[in-house]
Amino acid sequence: MPVIHITNRAGAESTLEAESGISVMENLRDNDYEVDAICGGSCACATCHVYIDEAWQAKLPAAEADEQGLVEDEPTYKPTSRLSCQIEMTDALDGLKLTIAPEA
Amino acid sequence: MAEHVVIVGAGHAGGTLAIQLARAKDRFRITLIGEEPWPPYERPPLSKQFLMGEVALEKTFLRPETFYADKGIDLRLGTGVTAIDRDAKSLTLSDGETLTWDRLALCTGTRVREIPVVGRDLPGVHYIRTINDTQAIQAVAHEGAKVVIAGGGYIGLEAAAALRQMGCDVTVIEMMDRVMARAVAEPVSRFYEDEHRARGVKILLETGVAEIGGTDRATHVVDSHGHVHPADLVLVGVGVGPVVELAEAAGLAVDDGIVVDARARTSDPDIFAAGDCTRHPNAILGGDVRLESVQNAVDQARCIANELTGKGADYAEVPWFWSDQFDLKMQMAGLPEPHDQVVVRGTPSTRSFSVFYLRDGRVTGVNAINVGSDYVRGRKWIAEGRTVDPSRLADTEIPIKEV
Ligand SMILES: Cc1cc2nc3c(=O)[nH]c(=O)nc-3n(C[C@H](O)[C@H](O)[C@H](O)COP(=O)(O)OP(=O)(O)OC[C@H]3O[C@@H](n4cnc5c(N)ncnc54)[C@H](O)[C@@H]3O)c2cc1C
Ligand code: FES
Repeated sequence: MPVIHITNRAGAESTLEAESGISVMENLRDNDYEVDAICGGSCACATCHVYIDEAWQAKLPAAEADEQGLVEDEPTYKPTSRLSCQIEMTDALDGLKLTIAPEA
Repeated sequence: MAEHVVIVGAGHAGGTLAIQLARAKDRFRITLIGEEPWPPYERPPLSKQFLMGEVALEKTFLRPETFYADKGIDLRLGTGVTAIDRDAKSLTLSDGETLTWDRLALCTGTRVREIPVVGRDLPGVHYIRTINDTQAIQAVAHEGAKVVIAGGGYIGLEAAAALRQMGCDVTVIEMMDRVMARAVAEPVSRFYEDEHRARGVKILLETGVAEIGGTDRATHVVDSHGHVHPADLVLVGVGVGPVVELAEAAGLAVDDGIVVDARARTSDPDIFAAGDCTRHPNAILGGDVRLESVQNAVDQARCIANELTGKGADYAEVPWFWSDQFDLKMQMAGLPEPHDQVVVRGTPSTRSFSVFYLRDGRVTGVNAINVGSDYVRGRKWIAEGRTVDPSRLADTEIPIKEV
């Protein structure tokens, strides 16, 4: 099983054994990390906002226009921002490092 | 000792409240009671991806089924609450059991309105509110099936788009002179009518359903102009009403929804309510509203959780909503009414445009179709109560951020 290294909103680090084939958001949500994912992954709410560790950024497929449009208007946006519902977890992402963005 | 919080209704609001309270570990004992056989789930996919079979059943669940036991939440499914005794602080379940509570939260949602015509009880007449409803529709919605949809609101249209993509022959019958008339301005309605028609959905406006015909099951719909539409499946989407009987019988204030204050408290200080079933004040909107949206269900549930954990704050959120039809993603914020001006930004024929609603120059609502940044900006402006220059807003040469 691939793992995801997660820093939560309080700054605590932990490692999650992740499921491939579903989104990073679903992995976080189903394990009660703090993403609300209100729209259920429809790319409509930005409540699944995370920061991707710089070393991992280039390894992810680039954000589509609708994801980018939504996330870059978040007040907590950074160049490393992504919407985790738009990233599919795969074995190739084993070791992915991310930080849950603060509540907007 | 841990406070016993009992939540009635294991839907989006009830589920969210239980999940939030479980984070405040030892402070609460949580019981979540739901009439449906499923753990709390998301309804939006029922007329979208789940209907089309693109999303598996478990993917609609707010949390995996095992989550609740893991967090010590007593989840009772397939169980209804039949009465509340406020003096004894207890309630009665459909299986006869009595439970006591310290705090109660009513998250009973809405139920579909029946269509008041002859033939409405025939097999083959369906509604979309629950997983079971969608599964029943899927069982008949094979390729080539004739589907007549009563009601051109967003749920009727989402179902029309999904069923059309599944190869069904779809007719939508709408009483008003345009689709989604309650929710969007005319340019948006016309755009969606064109999109549906271009993909082969028949849309009949200013037309009602006069009768659903058939002997053993529904076989056709007669419209108000006397035309007969053959149907393998009749889908009714003519609105919903709040589920308030329990609250009413318990003597709580009810007015098209359970009346709550800005902290989601009913007229009894130990009883809260959240979601589609409430009429509530919202400082941003400056009045009382009853909303039917995931945003409101989640934010009001959070409002209760904050109040119970000592972080209470008055409810003040910009309402937002979305609708997926074909490859069109519409995002909406604010409420269109009341407005005195509508500004269209962009050209509908490009399939990417937005419509802003203004009152006294202030932005009160936005519908953005395939243009997320206009939605985000609009939502922000509504929260700020910002005024905009309509001519700059209509000019797509000016980036939305600089309007
Ligand atoms: C097909 C469809 C598509 C939708 N699409 C969108 C969308 O795209 N975006 C959006 O924001 N919103 C959408 N909505 C609306 C959204 O799903 C609702 O606003 C949301 O579910 C409201 O949550 P709730 O908890 O208030 O009510 P519900 O989720 O309806 O939950 C109420 C629950 O309480 C239970 N209950 C009621 N009475 C009792 C009782 N006495 N005892 C025990 N249990 C009881 C009911 O069985 C139900 O399960 C859609 C709704 C539908 C039906
Ligand atoms: S879950 Fe809503 S945008 Fe990702």
